[in-house]
Amino acid sequence: MTVGTAFHPRTAPLNAGLQWREWSGFFAASAYHASHVIEVNAIREAAALIDVSPLFNYELRGPDAVRLVDRLIVRDAAKLTPGRVLYTPWCDEHGKVLDDGTIHRLDDEAGAQVVRWTAADPQVRWLRMNAHGLNVEVRDVSESVAAVALQGPLSRAILEAATGAPFADLRHFRRRRATLAGIPIDVSRTGYTGDLGYELWIPADRAVEAWDALVAAGEPHRLRPAGMLALDVARLEAGLILIEVDYTSAVHSQVPSQSYSPYEIGLGRLVDLGAGDFVGRRALLAEMAAGGPPRRLVGLDIDWPGIEALHAAQGLPPSALSTVSRAAVPVFANGRQVGRVTSTGWSPLLKKMLGLASVGAVHARPGTRLAMEWTVEARRGTVAATVVDLPFFDPPRKRA
Amino acid sequence: MDSTRTNTPGSREGAARAAGPYDAVIIGGGHNGLTTAAYLAKAGWRVLVLEKRRILGGATTSDEIVPGYTFSVLSYVVSLLRPEIIRDLELAKHGLEILPLDGTFTPLHGDFLWRTDDHAQTMREIRRWSAADADAYEEYGRLMADMARFIKPILGMVPPDPTSLDPREWLGVAGLARDFARLPERQQSAFIGLMTMSAADFLDQWFETEPLKATMSASGIIGTFLGVRSPGTAYVLLHHYMGEIDGAFRAWGLHKGGTGAISAAIASAARAHGAEIRTDAGVSRVTLTPSGDRATGVVLESGEEIAAKVVVSSADVRRTFLQLLEPGILPADFEAQVRRFRFRGSSGKVNLALDALPTFTTNPGGTEYLRGAVSISPSLEHMERAYDEAKYGRFSRRPYVDIVIPSLVDPSVAPPGRHVMSCFVQYAPYDLAEGPGDWDNQREAFGDAVIDLVSELAPNLRDVIVGRQVVTPLDMERDWGLTEGNIFHGELSLEQLFFSRPIPGWARYRTPIRDYWMCGSSTHPGGGIMGANGRLAALELIRSRRSRGV
Repeated sequence: MTVGTAFHPRTAPLNAGLQWREWSGFFAASAYHASHVIEVNAIREAAALIDVSPLFNYELRGPDAVRLVDRLIVRDAAKLTPGRVLYTPWCDEHGKVLDDGTIHRLDDEAGAQVVRWTAADPQVRWLRMNAHGLNVEVRDVSESVAAVALQGPLSRAILEAATGAPFADLRHFRRRRATLAGIPIDVSRTGYTGDLGYELWIPADRAVEAWDALVAAGEPHRLRPAGMLALDVARLEAGLILIEVDYTSAVHSQVPSQSYSPYEIGLGRLVDLGAGDFVGRRALLAEMAAGGPPRRLVGLDIDWPGIEALHAAQGLPPSALSTVSRAAVPVFANGRQVGRVTSTGWSPLLKKMLGLASVGAVHARPGTRLAMEWTVEARRGTVAATVVDLPFFDPPRKRA
Repeated sequence: MDSTRTNTPGSREGAARAAGPYDAVIIGGGHNGLTTAAYLAKAGWRVLVLEKRRILGGATTSDEIVPGYTFSVLSYVVSLLRPEIIRDLELAKHGLEILPLDGTFTPLHGDFLWRTDDHAQTMREIRRWSAADADAYEEYGRLMADMARFIKPILGMVPPDPTSLDPREWLGVAGLARDFARLPERQQSAFIGLMTMSAADFLDQWFETEPLKATMSASGIIGTFLGVRSPGTAYVLLHHYMGEIDGAFRAWGLHKGGTGAISAAIASAARAHGAEIRTDAGVSRVTLTPSGDRATGVVLESGEEIAAKVVVSSADVRRTFLQLLEPGILPADFEAQVRRFRFRGSSGKVNLALDALPTFTTNPGGTEYLRGAVSISPSLEHMERAYDEAKYGRFSRRPYVDIVIPSLVDPSVAPPGRHVMSCFVQYAPYDLAEGPGDWDNQREAFGDAVIDLVSELAPNLRDVIVGRQVVTPLDMERDWGLTEGNIFHGELSLEQLFFSRPIPGWARYRTPIRDYWMCGSSTHPGGGIMGANGRLAALELIRSRRSRGV
């Protein structure tokens, strides 16, 4: 049965429209307002509070915690010094991505390294299996840690007001301890919106107090709670992939074509083949030696006049769903299918229809003109789309 | 951005950089002038924009009048900005950020009417007033959407010359005529009603709830010197109904950082394509060949002369022809028509800096109701009485006021927890009984009348005001060059639209003087932050040059 997160006592009354979806067994608000667009707006113009507690959360503790990380992730874990955070995929032995998430090096305790590992899917078995021979303890702390994302250009001002501490010096992908209304929390300069933002890791038993303190500090800055629909729009604008939507975890793939290497989902830039062994490295070396994988993740700028024309052909005014569609649809080049669009949605910010697509490598060059299926009134048609660089939206404040 | 293209105010370096005349000099750096510049520069033209004021934007401008508070000084909402312009010029990349403005709250003594984009909420709210009106509201919305779809292609179309025999020019209109013939009879008659009736009469056919009719009627009078019971205002209802954001009809929005940021985004796009832009560079007149039949450039107020192959004026039609040209140059009948073009500014602005939100005595709770427009329009009688005073040269003592509080969705325009409140006020007739010059004596009384009226409904307003700016039609004329303070460069009345705008026979952005063009809101399709005028003018210019083989 789906249950509430640690913030549920606060989020439930706010969700006046009872718009919930299920996320890893928890209720996650789809939207708190009649329209989620105002929540997207809060993420981009003010600040939004997003309950991300359903994320899986593991604590790695021991003298070999970083060595375990190094064994598993495609990046060089030597960079994971205390206070740093790495975003990374990790793979199975075939070089296929199992999941992606952020890995936080907490402060050492009594000489032991401490790492927080976040994931979309359960990973405890995978972590323990790979910890063989290492002096590290892996604990599932998902239930005892509540997580909330504070995202948007005013998130820093709110966090500073709420904690009374400066945060301008906490750089992108760094973390530190803080105190919020007397509650010891951990703050990382991370998020899933492509904007200035923080994620706050809070003891679950004090989640409600922390929420209240943030809301109070956020009031003058027009902080709003935001749900999954708004987050989906923001992450699409930011060109961030979503597991089981833009790629399938190798754990769940039923046929080989459903498994993806990091190079196929736009994460190739993170793979460090030169910095020691990790699970899947040999497979990825072989893949690159063979010229790289046949598929690539691309951004699509979908031709709005083409969508207008498909509506006009049926005498309809153009319309666009304001939510991100997760239905995969075919992509064509010269009339032949060359891939699929996995996330499609209107960007209220860019005034464009955007898509994340998986296409053949030869079609992945920016500027390539493709076509995708577009259905209006149950009549299939195609619209033109141009391959563009990701992210679609990349404000300087994202890294500020 | 290439900093060499960003000219400091009054700098001459841009003009000196390359020899020879500019391909085009554009008079006025409002949103249309900038749009024309961006399109021409994108097509490879060497372009210079000359703006008289210290900041760009014309009537699409933001300014920090009270320290820490950014006002959208004149225009304050956006809906008609053409999506093709946003895409063609990649305005999002240049800082365009349009934010939703959701809902209209009409406060009354002891009650209110609150409509939002939440359909069920709005239906319940209207049903509270009248069950029949709730049903009619849906039918009306559908009819207006149909009408808007029918008429909308005109906005993206260069109007034909009614005297032209070139059939290609008439293709678009022929399409409209064909579409009209295909409309169901009921819609044909509704269309004729829209073209001929008053907003009040048109709405009376559908609704009985006074605050609903009055609030809806308001869009029929904005920017006109007409009342809600004046024939012809029904069409203007439709004109405003065509606002479009995100492909959805009738969505209004605010702009991050105020409307001036829209101009800044277009200017940034223009510069990225190589256009030069100078501020504090007012044009005193257009120079012509000795025979007077062709434009050759401009002379600035400073005396500096700038040569150009084409001069494009984004100023209104009266300035374009009667101030920037020597008298006697234009054909007499043309000049007479220019003089007849009606401006009759009828509105003012009161911009307030607040240290807290106003609270309307009767409200639905919370502050969400303030997130959209707040319309002081309790009844059709209130609206018409406001007009009565204006007819005889007085500002409305109890005006129609359209309020927005942009800081609720865009906190960047005010310090944390503080707010800016924009009040669009009608009527403020340019031509006061004592003459337009008397606005300098009546300005503060006008501002007081607005604050008094709103304070009747939100008594704490007076206590939370920390600064105010009152903009009268005279200010708009003096400071922004808006003749008679008309925010749309001339009234948006039916006889001044489409191929009659601005002058019958001259709706295609050309003028009787060769190489002297128009691109401002006096041209088709009219005022509002649309940019369509600037875009269509640029496309015509590019086409004309191509057809001349230049």
